Amino acid sequence: MYAELDHNGNIASSALENLAKARELGDAEAVALGPGATEAAKTLGEHGAKKVYASDDAVFADYVAQPAAYALLQLVQANQPDMIIFGMGYDSRDIAARFAAANGSTVMANVTDVLGADKAQTQIFGGTKIVDVALAGANPKVVITRPKSFEPSAVGGSAEVEQISVEIPDNEKKAKVAARHEEEAAGVKLEDAKVVISGGRGLLEAKNFELLEQVSKAISGSAVGATRAVVDAGWVPYAMQVGQTGKTVKPDVYIAAGISGASQHQVGMKESKRIIAINKDPEAPIFQISDLGIVGDTMKVLPALIEELNKRKG
Amino acid sequence: MNIVVTVKQIPDPNVAPQLDGNRLKRTGVAGVLDPGDEFGVEAGLQIAAAHGGEVTVVSMGPAQAMEAVRKALSMGATKGVLVSDDALQGSDALHTARVLAEAIKNTGFDLIISGVESTDGYTGVVPQMIASILDIPSATFAKSIEINGDTVKINRQTEKGYDEVEVQMPCVITVTAGVNEPRYPSFKGIVEAKKKPVDEPGSPVAGESTSQNVESVNDAPQRGAGEVVEDDGSGAAKIADFLAQAKVI
Ligand SMILES: Cc1cc2nc3c(=O)[nH]c(=O)nc-3n(C[C@H](O)[C@H](O)[C@H](O)COP(=O)(O)OP(=O)(O)OC[C@H]3O[C@@H](n4cnc5c(N)ncnc54)[C@H](O)[C@@H]3O)c2cc1C
Ligand SMILES: Nc1ncnc2c1ncn2[C@@H]1O[C@H](COP(=O)(O)O)[C@@H](O)[C@H]1O
Repeated sequence: MYAELDHNGNIASSALENLAKARELGDAEAVALGPGATEAAKTLGEHGAKKVYASDDAVFADYVAQPAAYALLQLVQANQPDMIIFGMGYDSRDIAARFAAANGSTVMANVTDVLGADKAQTQIFGGTKIVDVALAGANPKVVITRPKSFEPSAVGGSAEVEQISVEIPDNEKKAKVAARHEEEAAGVKLEDAKVVISGGRGLLEAKNFELLEQVSKAISGSAVGATRAVVDAGWVPYAMQVGQTGKTVKPDVYIAAGISGASQHQVGMKESKRIIAINKDPEAPIFQISDLGIVGDTMKVLPALIEELNKRKG
Repeated sequence: MNIVVTVKQIPDPNVAPQLDGNRLKRTGVAGVLDPGDEFGVEAGLQIAAAHGGEVTVVSMGPAQAMEAVRKALSMGATKGVLVSDDALQGSDALHTARVLAEAIKNTGFDLIISGVESTDGYTGVVPQMIASILDIPSATFAKSIEINGDTVKINRQTEKGYDEVEVQMPCVITVTAGVNEPRYPSFKGIVEAKKKPVDEPGSPVAGESTSQNVESVNDAPQRGAGEVVEDDGSGAAKIADFLAQAKVI
């Protein structure tokens, strides 16, 4: 499996999720490329990687996709794996695609389960249908998994680390990262939150997201999310979008306030353990998947909820 | 500058999708130009207007995909290529990329623009595969595009913000929704589009169109609906009780 690292060497959560699956299927080996790779190998080993091919070369962080795809091609020719599992990160999807095209491998994206070295599962139509797909053609088969498809777990092993050094030709260094701009997000990450409180058009105005912030403040370990409708309207940043083209979350409790429950939104949240919905329309599809549905006005229920939570906190 | 924009026709996303055997039904259902690709066409038109050159739209799909090509032409693209061939039904991403890459090679290219992911398949790999096959760089998730000589500078969306990425042409760029405001075709544009040249070659690539065989399609287990109650003023207390029971407060 390919373990995505950011430019600071942090391991993407998809890597640990996919390792949980890979070690169930057979001998799991990981590839980690870029600054911090050798350090990351420890964590990958703890999560079940038998072996990690690592390179700390900055070239993998400084140029988009090409160097990593090139290095993978070399590694695959030497080691002949049956399958490579990628996560759906910004970089890893590019790398998967470029590698697969160069190797002549078919790519299956949006995978929700891997059933074997040549079989995987996906969901279509907003997660209402499950599709099993057999993969043929050149090895390795390439799959790109959806976030949170598997539960990461540390099994406490340690990986054999093989340092690799690949000379990257100039032709593969044509998309250069010239500068990075990062906004420091405060609080808990949406994907890691125990409780997610999301808002949609039923919040009526951008400034009413403040109500969700207040609910969130009253629940420790919570974060605020949003639908694409309000992200597109510019109410909140894209980083808060939950759904098919946004984040996938699986919190203990998901609170949907003023959200209709379109299938593309459901894809990102319907695996939550419990779902609460507040919507004034009793026919809203979100109620079909909620454990607790409140038919009511967000502008009444949310202020009352803030008061109630603060009261109980004492 | 030769600007190529890949455009895909998709089943109208406002209509519930249907299956045709084990595949998404694409013929005999209302189709539209993928809204994600409208951003690509607009980006191509703006670059051509500012830096000179022409925009060629390239598509692979059933004969009815001509509607999507014409739509792009009515927005202002110069000419089109539609690769339509029964043998291409059910193509996987790799085969699609091979077909498109071959068509693009025949057209000539400096800059290739695609959507980040298609609205119906959302695999998000075809453009990078095209780049790999043409042996050129790719940069995805552009929130903005700037051209300086033979370098394309994009602001590339990332997990925490954006990166400035400089790519040498020829290259493939994928654009996010919101990179621009796609124009509506004018009446004149619609009339002119009918006369613009569209090349319709058969498939230029031999071999199996897919290495993926759907073995089964089953209904996913659905979450049952729980309690739904009218808010009579006690809604907030009910939510708080529920949160307490779930042990999150
Ligand atoms: C390719 C594609 C990808 C997409 N990806 C995503 C995605 O990743 N995430 C996503 O969220 N969407 C996505 N969408 C969009 C999705 O289809 C919906 O349009 C969107 O989720 C709707 O957002 P919403 O629920 O906020 O708005 P609406 O559908 O307009 O719903 C608003 C709800 O608020 C209720 N309401 C109104 N006023 C009040 C009030 N005062 N009190 C209580 N309730 C009220 C209404 O009854 C209604 O149910 C995608 C669409 C496409 C085509
Ligand atoms: N059949 C096709 N014809 C033209 N362009 C396509 C086709 N399939 C994919 N693309 C392009 O590739 C982008 C990403 O598609 P996908 O990889 O299918 O998610 C789309 O936004 C299109 O620009």
